[in-house]
Amino acid sequence: MATIGEKVLKVRSKNAGPFWITIDIFCGTPEAYAEVSGKLETQRVADLTGTPLQLVKRFDIEDLRVVKLSIPRPVVQGSRDDRDMHGAALAVLIDEMAL
Amino acid sequence: MTTRVLVPSGVLGLGFDRTALARGVAMKPDIIAIDGGSTDSGPFSLGAGESKYSRAATKAEWRHLMKARAEAGVPLVIGTSGTCGADATVDWMYDITVELAAELGQSLKIARLYTQQPAERVIEALEAGRVRPLTPAPEVDAEGLRAMTNIVALGGIEQVQAAIETGADVILCGRVTDTATIAALPIARGEAVGGAWHGAKIAECGALCSTNPTSGVILVEFDETGFTVEAMAETALCTPHSVSAHMLYENSDPFQLYEPGGYLDVRGARYTALDKRRVRVEGSEWVKGTYTVKLEGAKEGGFQTTIMAVLRQAHYVAHAQEWADKMHGFLTDQITERMGLTPPDYTLEFRMIGVNGALGALENRAGAPVEVGVLGIVTAQTQAIASEIGKLINPWVLHYPLTEDEELPTFAFPYSPATSNRGALYEFALNHVMELDDPMSAFRIVVTEVK
Repeated sequence: MATIGEKVLKVRSKNAGPFWITIDIFCGTPEAYAEVSGKLETQRVADLTGTPLQLVKRFDIEDLRVVKLSIPRPVVQGSRDDRDMHGAALAVLIDEMAL
Repeated sequence: MTTRVLVPSGVLGLGFDRTALARGVAMKPDIIAIDGGSTDSGPFSLGAGESKYSRAATKAEWRHLMKARAEAGVPLVIGTSGTCGADATVDWMYDITVELAAELGQSLKIARLYTQQPAERVIEALEAGRVRPLTPAPEVDAEGLRAMTNIVALGGIEQVQAAIETGADVILCGRVTDTATIAALPIARGEAVGGAWHGAKIAECGALCSTNPTSGVILVEFDETGFTVEAMAETALCTPHSVSAHMLYENSDPFQLYEPGGYLDVRGARYTALDKRRVRVEGSEWVKGTYTVKLEGAKEGGFQTTIMAVLRQAHYVAHAQEWADKMHGFLTDQITERMGLTPPDYTLEFRMIGVNGALGALENRAGAPVEVGVLGIVTAQTQAIASEIGKLINPWVLHYPLTEDEELPTFAFPYSPATSNRGALYEFALNHVMELDDPMSAFRIVVTEVK
């Protein structure tokens, strides 16, 4: 089954301040946007990142052909258990996810 | 009226295209504004009160901007001086400015906007119910606030405007929001408030809102109905897509941006291409609210020593986690026996670089790496204890056998000594806002002249 990464231009994750991470899925074409926006279940992103569903913010932005998901950081940026200071590796989990 | 703000790059220290800067100066800006910091690299800068960027890089770039300021004859303002905007890093930026003024033969009026907060001020506000948590927020109390090494409040346009009103040539701000230095002058001159905040957000990372992000320089022209944004490098184009997509950047919400005294709402914004290079934006709204400033604070979370062994032998690579788990149990006993310490007096963790180093428990793929880096991290209450634990575990990290009946293995240590003392581990300890009646009551401005 095709992964999200194979369907879209780019998946990016970044800190949004020390307490949040935001994931931007740049779909590129209207078709890819329709598919990702339609098929990507927020629950799966919650499961993949270990986040309670009610804390996931989701924005489907048709004009930009972007699906954006923001989650509280699994661990606070820079704390003892943080492994990824800029929150960049989380994007890979979404990129490699089967749609 | 119109107000032109020239933004040389997203942050001082990352570089900018000098031809583009010259083009920007020729466009007759009313102010030059650049950001000097962010929390994005982690809590060290705020915890220690030190700049993340080198003094040499900062001074070299600031020299160009001070020359550009003299040529344009307008104020030059930097937000969040020295990465974290603590008083110490504002003064660090001040020293660099004074040195450069002498080297360039410039006479200057310099305003410093200090934003660091004494713990007692925040405690008083906390006890008065005027410090409120954002989501998610660490627990905070008086003792915890006193233990923080640095606390800053993020100033907004009011504080930057007060600094501009001193008539200073150069304004060195402590911690302010990324947008405040850009939005301050347009709003003071009566341009559209929503447009000013929105244009400031678009320009705060320099040319990241264009098709050539590394070129740096952006010019925003604000007026009474909105703003027009243009990249100054010939090769960089601002398109409705590149501009509107920047609202996604490092924002958990792409439509609402909270600032001191309200929030920006861009849901009604319209982005129009004026030509190939320039984008016009109208329709952004500013929604006024209670006057609060966001707080950032960092505290020490122990001291660390690290050690790294690289496993290359296939048998160890295949069983790296099992090896590390077994060794961890053994070392925990050794540390208790020899030093009388048990967790949580210290923590010892081994991370498998090449297996799940970046994602830890969230990793859902398994590969067959050629080698595995085993990064041991010791965290203890003092550096001396962390260092002592590092030395104690060192021989086993080098030689610990997976099974009892094998010859003593030896792993690859990349350097000597095998342990590195990292100093203090700092942690972000505040995600709160503090309510103020008078925006200036938690901030102060110092003006000096150098000849």
